[in-house]
Amino acid sequence: MNDTVMPRALTPESFESDQEIRWCPGCGDYAIVKGVRKALAEIGTQPDQVVFVSGIGCASRFPYYMATYGFHTIHGRAPAIASGVKLANPALDVWVVGGDGDMLSIGGNHTMHAIRRNIDLNILLFNNEIYGLTKGQYSPTSRVGTRSPSTPMGSIDYPVNALLYALGAGAHFIARTVDTLQKHVPEVLKRAHAHKGASFVEIIQNCIVYNDGAFDHFTAKDVASERQLLLEHGKPLRFGKKLDKGLRFDPKAMRLEVVQVGEGGVPESELVVHDETNLSLASMLAALEPPTFPIALGVIYCNPAESYDHAFTGQLEAARAKAPKADINALLRKGHTWNIGTPR
Amino acid sequence: MSGSAAHQIDPAERPEIDSVVVRFAGDSGDGIQLTGSRFTETVAIAGNDLETFPDFPAEIRAPVGTTYGVSAFQINFGSRTIMTSGDAPDVLVALNPAALKTNVGDLKPGGLVIVDTGTFIDKNFEKAGYPANPLEDGSLSRFQVFPIDISKQTLEAVKDSGVSKRDGLRAKNFWTLGLIDWMYDRDLAPTIKWIEAKFTKEPEVGKANVSALKAGHAYGETAEMPAGVRGVTIRPAEHAPGLYRTITGADSLAYGLIAGAQLAGLDLFFASYPITPASAVLHTLAGLKGYNVATFQAEDEIAAAAAAIGASYAGALGITSSSGPGMALKTEAIGLAIGVELPLVVLDTQRAGPSTGMPTKTEQSDLYLAVYGRNADAPVVVLSARSPSDAFDTAIEAIRIATKFMTPVILLSDTYIASAAEPWLIPDFGTYRPFPVKFRTEPEGFHPFLRDKDTLARPWVKPGTPGMAHRVGGLEKNFNSGHISYDPINHQRMTDVRKAKIDGVAKDIPAQAVDQGDSKGKVAVVGWGSTYGPISRAVGNLRREGKAVSHIHLRHLWPLPRNLGELLKGFDQVIVPEMNTGQLITMLRNQYLVPAEGLNKVMGRPFTISEIEAAIRSKLG
Repeated sequence: MNDTVMPRALTPESFESDQEIRWCPGCGDYAIVKGVRKALAEIGTQPDQVVFVSGIGCASRFPYYMATYGFHTIHGRAPAIASGVKLANPALDVWVVGGDGDMLSIGGNHTMHAIRRNIDLNILLFNNEIYGLTKGQYSPTSRVGTRSPSTPMGSIDYPVNALLYALGAGAHFIARTVDTLQKHVPEVLKRAHAHKGASFVEIIQNCIVYNDGAFDHFTAKDVASERQLLLEHGKPLRFGKKLDKGLRFDPKAMRLEVVQVGEGGVPESELVVHDETNLSLASMLAALEPPTFPIALGVIYCNPAESYDHAFTGQLEAARAKAPKADINALLRKGHTWNIGTPR
Repeated sequence: MSGSAAHQIDPAERPEIDSVVVRFAGDSGDGIQLTGSRFTETVAIAGNDLETFPDFPAEIRAPVGTTYGVSAFQINFGSRTIMTSGDAPDVLVALNPAALKTNVGDLKPGGLVIVDTGTFIDKNFEKAGYPANPLEDGSLSRFQVFPIDISKQTLEAVKDSGVSKRDGLRAKNFWTLGLIDWMYDRDLAPTIKWIEAKFTKEPEVGKANVSALKAGHAYGETAEMPAGVRGVTIRPAEHAPGLYRTITGADSLAYGLIAGAQLAGLDLFFASYPITPASAVLHTLAGLKGYNVATFQAEDEIAAAAAAIGASYAGALGITSSSGPGMALKTEAIGLAIGVELPLVVLDTQRAGPSTGMPTKTEQSDLYLAVYGRNADAPVVVLSARSPSDAFDTAIEAIRIATKFMTPVILLSDTYIASAAEPWLIPDFGTYRPFPVKFRTEPEGFHPFLRDKDTLARPWVKPGTPGMAHRVGGLEKNFNSGHISYDPINHQRMTDVRKAKIDGVAKDIPAQAVDQGDSKGKVAVVGWGSTYGPISRAVGNLRREGKAVSHIHLRHLWPLPRNLGELLKGFDQVIVPEMNTGQLITMLRNQYLVPAEGLNKVMGRPFTISEIEAAIRSKLG
């Protein structure tokens, strides 16, 4: 073959498919698709080396809008299908997209095991705390008391915290961002991509039709800086409009506490310094909930270990080196055989 | 019929018989399956034809001495062609009262029972539900009973090998094997070699087993036998010349899948979740990663199917495997593979159901599930293997069709085929015609649901191929562009073309042949899957009597072979023996309006030859 494919200079538009987007006007997914395209352009992988695999739900329409390879599959199974894609073809850059119902309810098992195995997948959970495509039922991340068509008197079950679930499954990379944070989304996604192994990213996403404003208490402009903690590895945990608040560790109670920093407060040196490799800290940060605490955004935990696909390929290569010919006739004749001669 | 009355005659020499059925039975911890498989190899080496039937409980270690903890292994071997594992045993070896109780009812009248009297004690009678010692109450008067204190003999034999009493007693299966080896004049050397290789890390246990084996053999040679019990000779069978091995259905399927993937030029990706009795295929393939095989133990049945589909999407050959309950779980994923038209092979090692049913017992009751069991109009190709050795070619055929037509193929096996062993004339792989897959790499004029004019298959594109990025999914596709479409006329067209594609497979498979007999006549016996052996022998027996009976055995169950309707209409009567309540028969009546009649058995064990023979005889009048 003398076809040399010249690498194109990539822009977000390089990842835009010819399909008309069919999300509701004003849906948070529009901002996310923009952020993903921007991240991919900056990462620089050619679109035809990228695969998006999704389950079922609003979020799962995502692959149709990307000019990459894409597989819109069945409800909840995207992590399992993506695992097969990655293991069969490890050179591909594989992304998994789904909503909270898809990945934490019907597909919770597959999400857990993809994370546990540490397969090199970039898993994006769009969390809007509601079932959108089926018209507004409460979801496994909906808060207690959520009124929905299936819970007219309010939901009574406790929600799951997506990031704590991932940590419980043994995640080596978790991060959180918000649909409307145009600069933050691509930065977090680039970090997720750079991590070899399963990267789990929760993207807080507003459903404008069935759960509008569910996250206003920490995303609305007037409260955002007071309720969002933007994490940076090696930097103290500070937040607030004037960065005048911080998180300190109370060793007696074994928990984080909000403190005033600087004038009239504690010195910066008393604050916890973010360490992405600290599992205990990650658990505490993932659990922080507004309004008592700010919500933690950015890379909460990144502690790489060998990925499943790497070990998997290693075993295949070792076995193939021992049987380089893959000779079927030899295989069939292994073990005890006997010859029956031509009858006299 | 197999077997003979050899144990009742009394000349000085070893008399010659043409075949015999032996069943070993004991506690599930007694090593019965091991004894059976070792004896199988010994028999195969001696050149006999054979079929085996391992029959074990679902419990790994049921309480010692109970009837539900009994494990059995039956082998039918002889100097003539052996088609089944045998209707009724000529010889039963019962290592405890529970094994006697659960198996003696199957023994031929006049058959030989060898019992280990060391276990015939009150405690064990109680566990087995015997009110008194069955050896003394006359209940075995129809049989020849040969009581030996095998436990004591074994302990005596191993006393110098330095093992504990407990470990020493565990060698009693080898003592028993030694005695049976003597009875049929079999060479001990292959078993000794096997033991020595197996126990290199525990040489004293290996030594004990060898001592027990030799002692059992010596007992046969020197001890005074009861009247009529003696060694016999079974000459080698007349096999076609060539190189042979024994093969189980599970191994045959695994090898066939590897061979098929190589003929297609693809890497094999096998994803499975542990389930009895399908796991054996996963185990075999997991040990053969050098043959371009990847195995993945998924978190559940759904994930196994899903990962296999993902692998096929990525350009490997995705295969998933299970048994009944797991098949039910995979159903939605199979529908996805139908919708996105990707190749996928689904192995179903059928077992008795519904629900958990009897996990270690055989049945053929997933045919409806395979052919019809999905939401919406979702046709797939369905094949079945008829014997352990046939599974090899059937697996290759499944891969050929899956890749040529871009479709899931369900391959039905069953517990019996998976665990039974038989001699196999090893094929020369060089004589198999390759069917290399051509991935589409040409972007010009491409869309993912563009169809081949002949096969109606869509193109297969490996992700990563430059310029070919595209999206597929479970939503309905536009016939002309592959984009999402809710257009009513388009859905009709797509449903029709998916059906036409699978129907068209009938043009690509051989016309149905008649296995035995004429293509017209009084009675046709139509079977599929593991009923092949007993039907074949029953029809053969009747044909030797001059009866106008034919045997037709189906490998391709959907679509059915194109000439099958015409073929069936050439017979006055059609009998369909099945290990279910009548599934193929419904399909045949539905497709061809033939007045077929069923012969149905769901007892967790194969048909006997005599059951089928009697049913055909009653039709012949």
